[in-house]
Amino acid sequence: MTDTFSRREVLAAGFGAVMLPATLSAQPAARPAEFKIGVTTFLSGPASVFGVPSRRACEMLVDQINAAGGIAGVPVRPIFVDEGPGTDHLVGEIRRLVQSEGVHALFQSISSGSCLACTPLSRELSKVNLLWDCGTQRIFEEGRWDYAFRTQGYATPEVLAPLLYLLRTKPDIRTVAVINQDYAWGRDSWEIWKTAMDALKPGVRVVAEMFPRFGSTDFSTEITRLLALRPDVVYSTSWGGELVTFIRQATERRLHERTTFVLPVAEASLQILGRSMPEGHIIGARGDHWNNHPAPRDPAAFNAFVNAYRQRFNEYPIYPCHHMAQAVWALKAAVEKAVAAKSGGWPSDAELAAAFRGLTFPTPTSTITLREDGQGLEDQIVGTSSFNPNFPFAVPKDMRLYPAAQVSAPVGQKSTDWLKTLTPALIQSAGQSI
Amino acid sequence: MADWFQDNGLLLGLALLDGLSSAGLIFLVAVGLNLVFGVLRIVNVAHGSLYAIGAYSAASIGLFAASLGVPAWASLPILLLSAALVGAIVGPLIERFLLRRIYAQEEVVQLLVTFALFMILEDVQKLVWGVQPIHHDQAMKLLGTIDVPFAGDFIPFTNYQLFVLPGIAVVTLVGLAWFLRRTLTGRVIVAVTTDREAATAMGIDASKIFLLTFTFGSMLAALGGALSSPTAALVPGIGAQTIVLSFAVVATAGLGQIEGAALTSLMMGLGRSIAVYFEPELEVVVPYIIMVLVLLVRPQGLFGVTETRRV
Amino acid sequence: MKRIEPFLALALAGAIIAAAVAAPWLRFVLTIALAKGIAVMGILLLLRAGQVSFGHALYIAFGAYTVAFLAPRVGDAAVLLPLAAIGAGALGLLIGLFVTRYRQIFFGMLNLAMSMVFYSLLEKLYALTKGSDGIRVEIMPVAGQALDRIAYEWTIFGIALALAFALALLLRLYLASPMGEALAGIKTRETRLEFMGVPARGVLLSAYVLSAMVGGLGGALIALTSRHVTPLLAYWTSSGELVFIAILGGAGGVLGPFMGAIAYELIRVYAAASFADAWQMILGAALLLVILFAPGGLWGMAARAVGGRGR
Repeated sequence: MTDTFSRREVLAAGFGAVMLPATLSAQPAARPAEFKIGVTTFLSGPASVFGVPSRRACEMLVDQINAAGGIAGVPVRPIFVDEGPGTDHLVGEIRRLVQSEGVHALFQSISSGSCLACTPLSRELSKVNLLWDCGTQRIFEEGRWDYAFRTQGYATPEVLAPLLYLLRTKPDIRTVAVINQDYAWGRDSWEIWKTAMDALKPGVRVVAEMFPRFGSTDFSTEITRLLALRPDVVYSTSWGGELVTFIRQATERRLHERTTFVLPVAEASLQILGRSMPEGHIIGARGDHWNNHPAPRDPAAFNAFVNAYRQRFNEYPIYPCHHMAQAVWALKAAVEKAVAAKSGGWPSDAELAAAFRGLTFPTPTSTITLREDGQGLEDQIVGTSSFNPNFPFAVPKDMRLYPAAQVSAPVGQKSTDWLKTLTPALIQSAGQSI
Repeated sequence: MADWFQDNGLLLGLALLDGLSSAGLIFLVAVGLNLVFGVLRIVNVAHGSLYAIGAYSAASIGLFAASLGVPAWASLPILLLSAALVGAIVGPLIERFLLRRIYAQEEVVQLLVTFALFMILEDVQKLVWGVQPIHHDQAMKLLGTIDVPFAGDFIPFTNYQLFVLPGIAVVTLVGLAWFLRRTLTGRVIVAVTTDREAATAMGIDASKIFLLTFTFGSMLAALGGALSSPTAALVPGIGAQTIVLSFAVVATAGLGQIEGAALTSLMMGLGRSIAVYFEPELEVVVPYIIMVLVLLVRPQGLFGVTETRRV
Repeated sequence: MKRIEPFLALALAGAIIAAAVAAPWLRFVLTIALAKGIAVMGILLLLRAGQVSFGHALYIAFGAYTVAFLAPRVGDAAVLLPLAAIGAGALGLLIGLFVTRYRQIFFGMLNLAMSMVFYSLLEKLYALTKGSDGIRVEIMPVAGQALDRIAYEWTIFGIALALAFALALLLRLYLASPMGEALAGIKTRETRLEFMGVPARGVLLSAYVLSAMVGGLGGALIALTSRHVTPLLAYWTSSGELVFIAILGGAGGVLGPFMGAIAYELIRVYAAASFADAWQMILGAALLLVILFAPGGLWGMAARAVGGRGR
């Protein structure tokens, strides 16, 4: 089974749909010949550093699933759409995927902006929508969605866990500076950090707040300022080329000797950084899927995934690959659950969506449960950067695992309100050493 | 005011050091764009692509050389060489096969041809170099750092950014000024910039000058990219970011004015780094504020010459 | 050609309606195309005066954000559309007073600077604009009528089509009027206009304000259709896209912008569907082919096909 198809076929399918009225959503739920997934991801622009590996992971998993007979006996076909051209293009593409391509489920997106724009469409189009990578807390805290589910963690636990780790390992910090990309994630993740820090350790002084333009290629000026200020901690949720540039410019000028970096999304850049990543700084992975996870739930499955990916693409999978995989596994679990509930019959869109609510599905490292509001509970592992002979790049040591429920805002509460209620006692009680 | 300087004078000093290196890079890219615009009268959007290709090529060639065991000291000459190579190959290709066909067309059409080229080259870069950040910092590491004293403390700066980038920019500026004023070819280029009709009427072979200028401008764009590659990780989209700033420099400087481009780059580089210290949120708009202010006072640009009104 | 233009317009409208009936997702794409076509008419107006604005995305974004900000307070599309047009017109007057003093590259780059400043503001004023996340626009009543989603989408589509017709007619009348002729005079020899006692700047300013208004209107329609606005609407590549559409469609007739916008959106959609990672290359190549082999754009092609003369 292969997932490639000729260009002519695609174009023919597209033009055919122009000519034919689309009646797809009105059809009764018959078992489809193939299960189509519309996948939105970055294939152009700076965020394609996440998008392209995730697309590869998706194609690899789909090949594996199809080789094993598909999901509930139906082969799967992903259709990829580029998030790069912007939101107005993407909302059109979502409509095209549903109304013209007739996809059975949507996997979207990397950018929080894309998710915020497209999630409401899941309701309008009555189509299951798995948020496979975006982190914004606004989706499930500001709205209620019957067809949308997030099969991974989100901004609040991904920021709170590294903060708890920092306050436990370095309880005496007094000053902090932030250098984040100037866009929603950079701003949101700083607001979460600041709110939580003020509750967990009041009195820490913020000596610099810097939000360089998204896509900056030089941070020399910011680094000079940080060198002069000597903050105890430099916090950055930057990623991709910008994180690589920042770390390299900063280590060359020995900023890492004057301060502790806290980098909640460092994992995706560690392979690129290789030996340039300094040791002894706090790194996160937006989840628990570190390559050197000491005790995954299913070591054989974990190694199989990592090795298959390495074999096919000649690099280690990064967290967006794992997030994509989680969406695929969640889909598989939910479809099988829905088919079983109808004793072998094929579920309608609404029945499929219902199967996701409260679903617990296995990942190689742990299990993820989708809460009643649609948010997934994914554990977080944070550690200190270090080198060991098994990897040509930095991996965490002294890891702590933070169970998702401890670091996520409860259903129905806004993160910023909930974070204000945290007390310093949480620093000692949260998480466990692994 | 005096108090403010007492408190912040030292920081201002640091900001100046930072601003110099960023001004150097801005200048190299913008002066090439300005030169091309002055002679060909084409706003070359693809100049940003040449910057990106220059950066990617320099990193690839550098990595390849390093894998062959070429000694580290060669990394700096390799940067210059690869920039020259990219300019000498890609520049003439674009000029001969694309721009040459549209010199007779309207300005907007010419601009759009380069815009279309820019779009095509964006995808070409992705196909050739992939999407993962590429970096090769041998040249920066080779030169090491220097400790600048600061209020009882010291701040390490990389020699590469403190000396090499501004140094190459100054050498380029002086070399260009000499070339344009003292050599025959240079003077011909200036003549075409000032009055194309008169220059061609006097028997200057515009076609040759166009090719030469465009190739040279491409080399400068590639040089800017190549020199940025030791400090920056290269990702898709770096060209788009660079070109829009260069546009601002060209319009502020005045058409074809290299000294204008130098002064403008300096103002924008310093303006941005000062903003990072004292009002980081303003950093992004500083270049545009400078541009608007300059054009309010001098509508033809900083060093621009008022064109004679023709009836 | 002038005589068959209305028939061509009707045929085009008929094809648009037929496609929108046939495929619901195309209805969305075509509404966006109509909105962009309306905005591009403003570019066409300025092109008539030989001026290229590389920053008109500013007015699209302004119109779109006007809708997004006011929707919770003034939840009616029939009120928001004129508000967006008037607001964009006022902003256009303010900026126009400044930028119409400049010509050619200075005009283009100052517009670019303005749109980039606006873009930066949308990103920086995070508390107000939600930064790059953007603002969602909910389905709203039109002229007091509460509508379900399908009816709403049809209504906006209808409004866009009606506005496109009305504005294209107005533009045609404007271009044929003394004001329109004076605009063309700016392109050929501005000084001559002034010798005749026509205030060139006033002529250009009025055209600029009109172009800002149609830009705002187009932006408002985009916001009502995509129902999510982001700062990307104001980025320089969006401005480039507008000029792209103008040239693709052809600057010769008022149908050009719409033919260009529809072709642009369809190429983009099909390119993105078949080559998700090379759609930019395809769009760029399409534009290059049109410029090199079909001067006058799609309008010119259509004009030649019916045996008339495209201008």
